[in-house]
Amino acid sequence: MTATLTRVDTATAAPVKRRRRSLGWLAVAPLLVFTAIAFGLPALAMLDGAFTVKDPATGAGSYTVENLSTSLKGAYLTALLGSVKLSAVSAALAVVFGLPLAQAVVTSRFRALREAVLTASGVLANFGGVPLAFAFVATLGNAGVLTRHLGLTDKGWDLYSFWGLVIVYLYFLIPLMVLTITPALDGLRSQWREAAQNNGATTVQYWRHVALPVLLPSLLGGLVLLFGSAFAAYATAAAMVGSSIPLVTLQIADALSGNVLVGQENVALALSLDMVLVAALVMAVYLPLQRRSARWLA
Amino acid sequence: MARLNLWRWGVLGLAGLYFLVPLAASVIFTVDVPGQGVTFDAYTQIFSADGFTSSLLLSLELAAATIAVVLLLMVPATVALRLGASRLRPVVEVVCSLPLVLPPIAFVAGIVTVLKWGPEHLSRTPLFQTFVAIQNPDFPVVLVLAYVVMALPFVYRALDAGLSAIDVRTLVEAARSCGAGWPQALFGAVLPNLRAALLNASFLTLALVLGEFTVAQLLGFRPFAVWIVSVSGAQAQLSVAVSVLSLLVTWALLLVLAGFGGRTRTTSRG
Repeated sequence: MTATLTRVDTATAAPVKRRRRSLGWLAVAPLLVFTAIAFGLPALAMLDGAFTVKDPATGAGSYTVENLSTSLKGAYLTALLGSVKLSAVSAALAVVFGLPLAQAVVTSRFRALREAVLTASGVLANFGGVPLAFAFVATLGNAGVLTRHLGLTDKGWDLYSFWGLVIVYLYFLIPLMVLTITPALDGLRSQWREAAQNNGATTVQYWRHVALPVLLPSLLGGLVLLFGSAFAAYATAAAMVGSSIPLVTLQIADALSGNVLVGQENVALALSLDMVLVAALVMAVYLPLQRRSARWLA
Repeated sequence: MARLNLWRWGVLGLAGLYFLVPLAASVIFTVDVPGQGVTFDAYTQIFSADGFTSSLLLSLELAAATIAVVLLLMVPATVALRLGASRLRPVVEVVCSLPLVLPPIAFVAGIVTVLKWGPEHLSRTPLFQTFVAIQNPDFPVVLVLAYVVMALPFVYRALDAGLSAIDVRTLVEAARSCGAGWPQALFGAVLPNLRAALLNASFLTLALVLGEFTVAQLLGFRPFAVWIVSVSGAQAQLSVAVSVLSLLVTWALLLVLAGFGGRTRTTSRG
């Protein structure tokens, strides 16, 4: 198919151009073939499995939406909603905390501070997963340093709870927010603030009528991106809480490793499909917002 | 102005507190063991701990293979996009964004399903041997395949940012008119100018592979991150000590990279 396309495309072009085009295809083709196998096969297998039930007697598969409807019922629905709630709450809090932090860094006169915070954010935003879970277990877990020294257990503190997970998730979501929003804050011209001040606007009025409307697409885009990131997170929760909190990623892992019931693998695939749909929705909202915010940064 | 400064330092102070306390507490946790006083056992035990060397080596090998494959795939493709195959740009962009829509756990669910086809449908074909070979626990190629896919978005962004800073076409044409062949033009003129972007892409991939847990655990392999979790039950101090160390190493790598990169910004993610 590649060969015929190239031939049709370049039939009328100059020889040099033709060579360049075919070279272009040649350079991109390995990438396309690789993704077709390493990404396409698992994705298709998931899609196929999500709509298949196997007859235990004959072993023959048939197409149905049963898996999907099961994945939206009972414990699975609770897990899905638990994930949505956790991601939404932590993403919203990360936006609320990340914006002032980014603003404080961006408006600072010290270049070193800015570089340090942005570099640290780059590390911490990728610091999800296992080490993050253990750092918090050591700090606020049942035998954690702060828990012991401040006697938090008596005050009803429990890291392995919904709010415990929120605090842990914020540790990589706030840096991600700082990274996402910094370019937009850089795009706020100081002339706009001066113009507002010259017209007698207060700081609150400036933020309410000038800065926030300009930042809004970036803020919403960041919110959506953080939501997606928290929604897909698995390692942190798995290393920390096991499965004491209902989360869709933990449910999929349980079903995949056959911890629940035999024959639940296809429900795991249906749950995965639910997750992909949510992630696709996130991207469908994020990309237009990002394009819109890019307009002000030009 | 003074009020503004007060507000800024307040924000920075609170943020510093939130981000530094868990790190400091982790160090205290590993050093100040209840009932034993101050001890550095957790750190001295690391290297002799069962499985540490083998899992770390496995992770490093996987990272090296992943970096090699992802760069071999992405460098020619992104350079070609600048050299007259720009009509393919949307295709490459979509291909490299797809992994963002597939959460790792959903991806691994798909991989598990594909791997089951081996014993179920292909046991009498030569393909079956391939299925066995890529799941060899000594060097699971299937993990490399998965990690390359997961690294595509980062690597594409890093390389594209690097390429947009240089005029690839002029560089190649200059090299060609000086008599260089295509390989020479690529390796002698383009790649040296991409040094920072290549390092950036490699570092992001390295960080991804070293910290990856989801895919490896669910496929039943035991690289570094899975090993940390598996020892955490019996040796809590040890697992936290390793976590602290792995963060410090990541940090050091990033600083080295920032030093190498020089002019380019290291945080060109967003």
